[in-house]
Amino acid sequence: MARVLIRNLNKKYDEVHAVKGVNLEIRDREFVVLVGPSGCGKTTTLRMVAGLESITSGDVLIGDTVVNDLPPMDRDIAMVFQNYALYPHMSVYDNMAFGLKMRKFARPEIERRVREAADILGIEDYLKRKPRQLSGGQRQRVALGRAIVRHPQVFLFDEPLSNLDAKLRVQMRVELKKLHDRLGTTAVYVTHDQVEAMTLGDRVVVMKDGLVQQVGEPLELYNRPANRFVAGFIGSPAMNFAKVSVAEENGAICAVNEGMRLTLPPLLGARLRAHVGQEVTLGIRPEDLSVVPGGESDGLSFPAVVEVIERLGSQILLDVKVGSGAMVVAVEPTMQTKVREQLRLALDAQRLHFFDGRSETAI
Amino acid sequence: MIEGAKWRRWVYFYVPLSVFVLWLLFPFYWMLITSVRPDRELYRPWTAPNYAPFWTSHPTLEHVTSLLTETLFIRWMANTLFIACVSTLISLFCGVLAGYALSRLKFRFAGTLGTGIFITYLVPQTLLFIPLANIIRNFELGDTPWALILTYPTFLIPFCTWLLMGYFKAIPRELEECARIDGATRWKAMLYIIMPIAVPGILSAGIFAFTLSWNEYIYALVFLSSAEQKTVSVGVNSELVRGDVFFWGQLMAGALLGSVPVAFIYSFFVEYYVAGLTGSVKG
Repeated sequence: MARVLIRNLNKKYDEVHAVKGVNLEIRDREFVVLVGPSGCGKTTTLRMVAGLESITSGDVLIGDTVVNDLPPMDRDIAMVFQNYALYPHMSVYDNMAFGLKMRKFARPEIERRVREAADILGIEDYLKRKPRQLSGGQRQRVALGRAIVRHPQVFLFDEPLSNLDAKLRVQMRVELKKLHDRLGTTAVYVTHDQVEAMTLGDRVVVMKDGLVQQVGEPLELYNRPANRFVAGFIGSPAMNFAKVSVAEENGAICAVNEGMRLTLPPLLGARLRAHVGQEVTLGIRPEDLSVVPGGESDGLSFPAVVEVIERLGSQILLDVKVGSGAMVVAVEPTMQTKVREQLRLALDAQRLHFFDGRSETAI
Repeated sequence: MIEGAKWRRWVYFYVPLSVFVLWLLFPFYWMLITSVRPDRELYRPWTAPNYAPFWTSHPTLEHVTSLLTETLFIRWMANTLFIACVSTLISLFCGVLAGYALSRLKFRFAGTLGTGIFITYLVPQTLLFIPLANIIRNFELGDTPWALILTYPTFLIPFCTWLLMGYFKAIPRELEECARIDGATRWKAMLYIIMPIAVPGILSAGIFAFTLSWNEYIYALVFLSSAEQKTVSVGVNSELVRGDVFFWGQLMAGALLGSVPVAFIYSFFVEYYVAGLTGSVKG
């Protein structure tokens, strides 16, 4: 068990600056998820921690050792790959035993550890099979087993669930979480799926274009996104954005565009006072909007027209038109409405987000 | 399989296939029938009333026995086997290492080197033997098996390298990366993970290299001169054709026996080399 410390890490290929000055501390026994769209540098960062990719500048520490120049085998880590990377010519048992054999463990100890891991993962019956005789989920378990028999200091996961079908993915996600609770090994997990990130991570690192956008606990990212990118990336369905101009009327701060005219409560208004006369981005999550009876206007509601109704069962998503823009509203599954109906939407002032028009950071 | 009426299967499948098979097998049949035909039938003019070129009613082994006892055929077979085996082993060893390096290691000029190796393979042997003859003379290797063992790799190594390079590229990189994280050095990862997976590729490269050197003619003709050093392909030709006299019976018996080892190897490894050519690695 150990912490992982990443200090000012950079990776440059010939033309591309893939990872730009990443700083990150992964605490002992912590499960940290790196998440971001493809090409954001998350996998490259993970591969630099693993030693599979050379470091252009900066340091990677595992425990208290700088491992920059250590080959992968000397870093005491285990990695699970997206395509499982099982050795096709070896049985499940030999796949799991390979790392221990390479490290010259005694035969009884290898046997004991493989049995133990197989027991944890429920793959005792397949030990003699070859990888090609296994299903996707079983292969995934073997890949996990191969990692845990080594009792490494750190687990590295590179999108391990991406090749599984949706149902199995949810199931394996739960098992991974249980496994981590049981073993308590420090883990770094890379994914492009924000649901995986939110459910698995003790902390989540959102990356984009080689830069860390925000580091925090899942709900912290959800409730207080640091910028517009994080706000839009975390949460499903995604947050609604609307460009508004900030104005002052009778001492109150208003957010105005062609479809809405919001009078903000004093506390919220104070935050925006410095932006009077400027254009900012308003963000509101679909679940923080609600349909209210028409007519009354308390300054926090606006009209909208239903365009599409998506019935998901547990909730209904309404795609509505607000002015010339579009928004998504999540409502109760019992709600009765039809396409082209006029609605009045109210928003929860406590759950409003504003982002600077130019820098896109949260206000 | 072709669907539809029976006649369609005959017309589009069985008939063309049979024609093709007959076309391919006829030379072997001709070799066989000629080698067991007595001389008096072989040299009968085609205008003779009892001329029957595709059949014999008096089969004999006299050509085979005379080939084995009166010529150095067994010696030639041994020479060929030795030369083909050693040059194949040398080429496979170099080809595996070069193919691996070109497909996996990132180094300067890797691409250029790969293309360069391929271009050397394109230089025809009929040109290359002239400068090579000079080199063989300078090293005083003429008329020894080593003249061939050292020159055959000039076309076998590029061949093996390219075949194996493609094969190594098809093996997922993660397998090796995983092995290196598991505690293997690059060498051990290559030895325990990549090599066993690449066995079909290595075997098919070996089979082709062996066949190429077994059948090679021009270098063997140029670099070897004494009868007891010759290989089968040259020996049969030069010792059994005297001026304008062709000893057809022995010639064909030699050709037939000379193709046995290659046919044997092919039939033995056929599954491997089909897998090697189609290059399928499943993880």
